Amino acid sequence: MFDFSYTIWILLIPFFLFILIGFWGNKFKPAVSGIVGSAGLFTSWILSIFTAYKYFFDVGRVDDVYQQIIGYNTLWLRFTDTLHIDMGVLIDPISVMMLIVVTTVSLMAHIYSTDYLKGEKGFERFYSFLSLFTFAMLGLVVATNIFQMYIFWELVGVSSYLLIGFYYTRDTAVAASKKAFIVTRFADLGFLIGILLLSYYTKTFDFLTLTSPTGPAIGTPPAATFIGLSVLTWAMILIFIGGAGKSAMFPLHIWLPDAMEGPTPVSALIHAATMVVAGVYLVARMFPIYITVPIALQVVAWVGAFSSLFAAIIACTQYDIKRVLAYSTMSQIGYMMCALGVSGMGGHEGLGYMASMFHLFTHAFFKALLFLCAGAIIHAVHSNYLYGMGGLRKYLPITHITFLIACLAISGIPPFAGFFSKDEILVAAYHHDTALFIIEYIVAGVTAFYMFRLYFGIFWGKKQDYHHTPHEAPYSMTIPLIFLALGAAFAGFIPFSHLVTSDRQLFELHTEWIIAIPSIVIAIIGIGVAYVMYLKPTDIPRRVAHSLHGFYTAAYHKFYIDEVYLFITQKIIFNHISKPIAWFDRHIVDGSMNGISYVTNQASDRIRGFQSGQLQQYALVFVSGTVILALVFIYLWT
Amino acid sequence: MNILLLLIIIPILTIIGILFTRDNKKVRVVSAIGMTFQLITAAIIIIWYLAERHAGNTAEVLFASNWVWYETLNIRFYIGVDGVSVAMIGLTAMVIFAGIFASWDVDDLPREFFTFLILLSSGVFGFFISLDLFTMFLFYEIAVIPMYLLIGIWGTGPRHYSAMKLTLMLMGGSALILLGMLGLYFNSNPDGGPFTFEILKIAKAHIPLNTQLFFFPFLFVGFGVLGALFPFHTWSPDGHASAPTAVSMLHAGVLMKLGGYGCYRVAIFLLPDAAHKLAWIFLILTTISVIYGALGAIWQKDLKYINAYSSVSHCGLVLFAILMFNETAMNGAIMQMISHGIMTALFFALIGMIYGRTHTRYINEMSGLMKVMPFLAVAYVIAGLASLGLPGFSGFVAEMTIFVGAFQHADTFHRVATIIAASSIVATAVYILRVVGMMLYGKINKEEYELITDAKWYDRLSVGTLIFGITAIGLAPLWLSTMITGGIGPVIEKLFLAMN
Repeated sequence: MFDFSYTIWILLIPFFLFILIGFWGNKFKPAVSGIVGSAGLFTSWILSIFTAYKYFFDVGRVDDVYQQIIGYNTLWLRFTDTLHIDMGVLIDPISVMMLIVVTTVSLMAHIYSTDYLKGEKGFERFYSFLSLFTFAMLGLVVATNIFQMYIFWELVGVSSYLLIGFYYTRDTAVAASKKAFIVTRFADLGFLIGILLLSYYTKTFDFLTLTSPTGPAIGTPPAATFIGLSVLTWAMILIFIGGAGKSAMFPLHIWLPDAMEGPTPVSALIHAATMVVAGVYLVARMFPIYITVPIALQVVAWVGAFSSLFAAIIACTQYDIKRVLAYSTMSQIGYMMCALGVSGMGGHEGLGYMASMFHLFTHAFFKALLFLCAGAIIHAVHSNYLYGMGGLRKYLPITHITFLIACLAISGIPPFAGFFSKDEILVAAYHHDTALFIIEYIVAGVTAFYMFRLYFGIFWGKKQDYHHTPHEAPYSMTIPLIFLALGAAFAGFIPFSHLVTSDRQLFELHTEWIIAIPSIVIAIIGIGVAYVMYLKPTDIPRRVAHSLHGFYTAAYHKFYIDEVYLFITQKIIFNHISKPIAWFDRHIVDGSMNGISYVTNQASDRIRGFQSGQLQQYALVFVSGTVILALVFIYLWT
Repeated sequence: MNILLLLIIIPILTIIGILFTRDNKKVRVVSAIGMTFQLITAAIIIIWYLAERHAGNTAEVLFASNWVWYETLNIRFYIGVDGVSVAMIGLTAMVIFAGIFASWDVDDLPREFFTFLILLSSGVFGFFISLDLFTMFLFYEIAVIPMYLLIGIWGTGPRHYSAMKLTLMLMGGSALILLGMLGLYFNSNPDGGPFTFEILKIAKAHIPLNTQLFFFPFLFVGFGVLGALFPFHTWSPDGHASAPTAVSMLHAGVLMKLGGYGCYRVAIFLLPDAAHKLAWIFLILTTISVIYGALGAIWQKDLKYINAYSSVSHCGLVLFAILMFNETAMNGAIMQMISHGIMTALFFALIGMIYGRTHTRYINEMSGLMKVMPFLAVAYVIAGLASLGLPGFSGFVAEMTIFVGAFQHADTFHRVATIIAASSIVATAVYILRVVGMMLYGKINKEEYELITDAKWYDRLSVGTLIFGITAIGLAPLWLSTMITGGIGPVIEKLFLAMN
């Protein structure tokens, strides 16, 4: 058996980079941090590529089944005899795929940032956090047990927090980082309780035991129920809440658009390609259990589908290009969730699973590309807003072409990557539930529309008077763009059904033209509408917005979800829970303590009067006391 | 000679050394040397303890010595350690070491200050190594009384009120403890023969259930006052707010742990049947402590109040876990004591250092400090992240152990209590990030803050030691967890017998 234990270094390298740059980065020139960080990550990337090659094409498949290999495992903390947290590396198709995604996009972000953030204060801090994030994300994807995953889950959360708040002197960035952390933390509470519930009944954290067909979760599922649903269903729904928080599913999505306050490479890496798909990965990892609890899987499908539609509609109305991309990310992740929700197990039944992973893979390329392009554009025009852009195709030729490729990919135009993965999702949805299929079909058209709204708005449209002529980004930024553009263009040809499937056995995939052709048609319609509306400055968008008055305003304000949250956090928790508790503590609890001491003081004041030192008073009391006692005794005697 | 005696002798020698110094500046040097030796001794004890256990020594307590102190009442000076007390010794040594360096610039009566501080710590060490209730109580009082002077003389704000309040409430607790201990003493030998204060002997006696039920509340509440059990926690915010830095560190870091340790070692261990019967009442109170402290902290503006309420929440979790009566949760309770001890000492050290520079503790009066004092700011962020239970720091390990342990009870009552307690991790994140966001991030709001200097070498040493503590446990918790598990074995066994 091939020894995969070296894979631990894929994640240890970024960890040591984090320590190294974090402690000693400021001792050197900033550029050193960038170069060391990128070089270190390059090593991790090479190791990941090698692992993928070795796993998929050499040792991974035994008897036509991809094996799940524990590359490395060590005991970290013991709770009980059966429950213990291990730290290890699990090698299987999805984790190897994620290794590729994470290291590739991270490497691109590393290289890109050497110029993007040049001269920023805290350059080395940025690289140390980026390494921390990469370490945490890699630890998450290779987790051998659910608690290890939870640990790294929290770590990616905190590195996301630190990176969103990178510009810590900016109030909006600070608020956004706080919001991101607290919202996901709230979701993580669900995740934690889910883990506790699941582990209590199955007596294990281990993924291989949990997902084994004869294991304690699937083979002999716990019989206990709670309000009509089995505890397993509850546990899986709670775990999904954790995933929904990280993956910005409705209604826990509110942190993602604000997270765009972070530097753009961070948005590309964390909030587009890797961390936000952790929720999808989590469901995929636990998929064999989800398939046994259909209600939980139904929840996954519908939350995913609703989020994808919801976000796509909002994306049409936003003007900040990064926010449009953020909503687009949310929408695409909704696709992946929905695909998992409609999937079955094994062979062609498991098409949804395969499609979801496929889409995760291709999405990582084209969405990271879109963000990095957006970074290049913002770099050139110093604005995030669509109305400050236009006619940029002449100034930024490379960015223009790569952005166009990414737009075509995400819209599902063949032969670009997004077409293949999205098409499989639609096929899976079609065979499972017509309602879900219709939603996702509409979303496909809307996606094409808002992406090309962006494309025409940025690169065509009205030419702006720029303060100084925008110029193309340097090579360190354009090379990652080109690299990712190649991925966005050609990743669709990877035979995913031969590599990553629900039962880890390959199956033959046939393009179902009955779905594919309509999906191309609706994408083209979307693009066409955007073409008419935005290629040249017209007043059509205004008229359309006007005719959809109420709906447009609601979508423009993101359906007021932020306001609802603000109401809950500020009004209810802060003013109606915390403030009264503080008051209660000071005045009631402490007040009664002070009251006791007050009573004691008063009582002692009264009693003190007896010790006056006046002999006459003592004599009076003494005599009267004697008399009273004498009377009492006499009375009792007689 | 018993190595444990060094833990008491070194502080005494240090105090004598302080009294003989001529120069005020030398006082702190002498204290630092003494407490460095103390830290080294503690480290040696831990290593030696682990080596003994590794070599297969299975005695219930190690390094035991038992001297007769007062024959007539069978009072003994009985010391010895198990896995739990060894861990607590390590904690105390680390906190007092950091505390000395955190009070490096005390220039108001430094001789007296350091004397009382070290005296206090010697009481704590004595408490943790005692195996005789009488000795234990004696050391407990030694630890509590200097607190009054330290807050009353070197404190800030309404210090006399706070010192009086704190001392009176803790003394009230002591009175309950004393009654409880006497109750144990007079029931220590139901079959005739001399009464005893020895914990291990009392543990073998079969105390009738009704007697247990009578004395359990005295002991649990008595120690609970020190462990900030709701509703007896109100000394904590005022006391901390007025106390000087090192005193807050020692108080929240170590002294509050005497409460948890006492509940564990005396109340639960010696009165297990009553513990089972009455657990539900205290479980409700501790659950309230946990969530109430966390929610109460969200609204506070004073850094010390925030941390005091946070301590109520975290220490509530200790008592909460103790009442779960299983190995995992109990292990978590001890780890939470260690973790919270180091973490909160770190917080108070940093708050003192920040206050020394900005002369305010109100978070709305500070902004953008990250820029002018990066070391302290980053340390504060680390402390905050540890406090909200981030993996990689000790808080996560302790809390997760507690929650997994608590979840072993499948009944609705325990489940609901656990879920409420677990939801405090969200509230904690809210108040921690609020402070970090307001105080450290943003733009500098006052001109004089531009002139602030970052941490001095002694600040760095103090803070660095404590950060090392939380990360060392957080990254490699297994040794600590295993060591503690060895110590709690007898308690669990006793509880298990009581349950059936």
